[in-house]
Amino acid sequence: MNINATLIGQSIAFFVFVWFVMKYVWPPLIAALDERKKTIADGLAAAERGQHEQELAEKAAAEHIKEAKDQASDIVTQAQKRASEIVEEAKDSAKEEAGRVKTAAEAEIEQEINRAKEALRQQVAGIAMAGAAKVLNREVDESAHSAIVDDMITQI
Amino acid sequence: MSSEGITSGEYIKHHLQNMTYGNHPEGGWMFAQTAEQAKEMGFWAFHVDSLGWSFGLAIMFFFLFRSVAKTATTGVPQGFQNFVEMIIDFVNDSVRGSFSGKNDIVAPLALTVFAWVFLMNLMDLIPVDWLPMAAQWIGATFFGADPHHVFFKVVPSTDPNVTFGMALGVFWLMLYYSIKIKGIGGFFGELAFQPFGKAGMPVNLVLELVSLISKPISLALRLFGNMYAGETIFILIAIMYSAGLATGVFGSVLQLGWAIFHILIITLQAFIFMTLTIVYLDMAHQEH
Repeated sequence: MNINATLIGQSIAFFVFVWFVMKYVWPPLIAALDERKKTIADGLAAAERGQHEQELAEKAAAEHIKEAKDQASDIVTQAQKRASEIVEEAKDSAKEEAGRVKTAAEAEIEQEINRAKEALRQQVAGIAMAGAAKVLNREVDESAHSAIVDDMITQI
Repeated sequence: MSSEGITSGEYIKHHLQNMTYGNHPEGGWMFAQTAEQAKEMGFWAFHVDSLGWSFGLAIMFFFLFRSVAKTATTGVPQGFQNFVEMIIDFVNDSVRGSFSGKNDIVAPLALTVFAWVFLMNLMDLIPVDWLPMAAQWIGATFFGADPHHVFFKVVPSTDPNVTFGMALGVFWLMLYYSIKIKGIGGFFGELAFQPFGKAGMPVNLVLELVSLISKPISLALRLFGNMYAGETIFILIAIMYSAGLATGVFGSVLQLGWAIFHILIITLQAFIFMTLTIVYLDMAHQEH
């Protein structure tokens, strides 16, 4: 319990140990701690950045998909429209063709009829002339009566 | 209780006496055989046990931490490095919380104080008779000393010399940084011109000097008082072992309880010493 030179010894030891710790123990340990802290902080920041980027990428992907879907449905609609157009066109051209064929046929029929009529008329005229010549026998003046005969022919 | 035929009073006195090596007025440099001789040696004597344990523990602490510091990795810490880093982190947080200035000595100082005081206090948990009896046996066997005259006090922080030695170390640092930061004039002004202004200088000086000097004294006495009281209670409990079986069993229960409670005191005292050291140095760095 006496106060004695132990006091001095302890004081000196105190400074020596503080100095040792300051020189050899504290700096490397605190440096390691700080560096680890920094590493962890960096890692966390990187993770957060990665997450953010992933979110962005997901958003972009969703947009792409939506765009693609829109485009696809556009294409489908266009195709459907085009198809019906083609059908419509085909119908029209078919109708036209049919009309044309029909008119041609009708014209031909008309021609046939006319030709037949003509032939018939000539034959009828000849028959009529022959009949008339037989009936009148001699005094039929072809030129004088041809007007009458023509008139008859048109009436047929 | 160590040996036969001594009274409880002698037992306690024996336990509270340091192993002293000093300059005896009659015998020259020698180990004190009795408490009286130790007293007669005056100032020029050393408590070999206090200093030995104190240095030994400090060296142990230093090499343990140094071994970790050398191999400290920034990767995942393992085993003992974890433990050391926990302490470093704890001390570092305390320093950052209490110390506002910028000084590289404060954190290592706080670590040294904390670990050293803690280890010295920890010696209190070793049953009070083990090491003194071992010392007596060694003294008697190898040095031919009378075992009754071999004193051995294990807990350095129950020696006021040790606690005052550390508190004085802190005190010198306080003075040094006060003068370094504020200059002699600034430091003197702090002592002389507060709190009553220049007119009340003598009163200020008395007040401030008392408050300045009370810092290391309270620092040392707080630690010493707590540890000394704890040590004494351990010794008193140890006396019960020689007073019959029932008392002995009761004593061992008491010793266990007190030891568990003492773990708290040990840590708390180390923490208080560290925190006050930081705070005192912070005050030394602050300009008013």
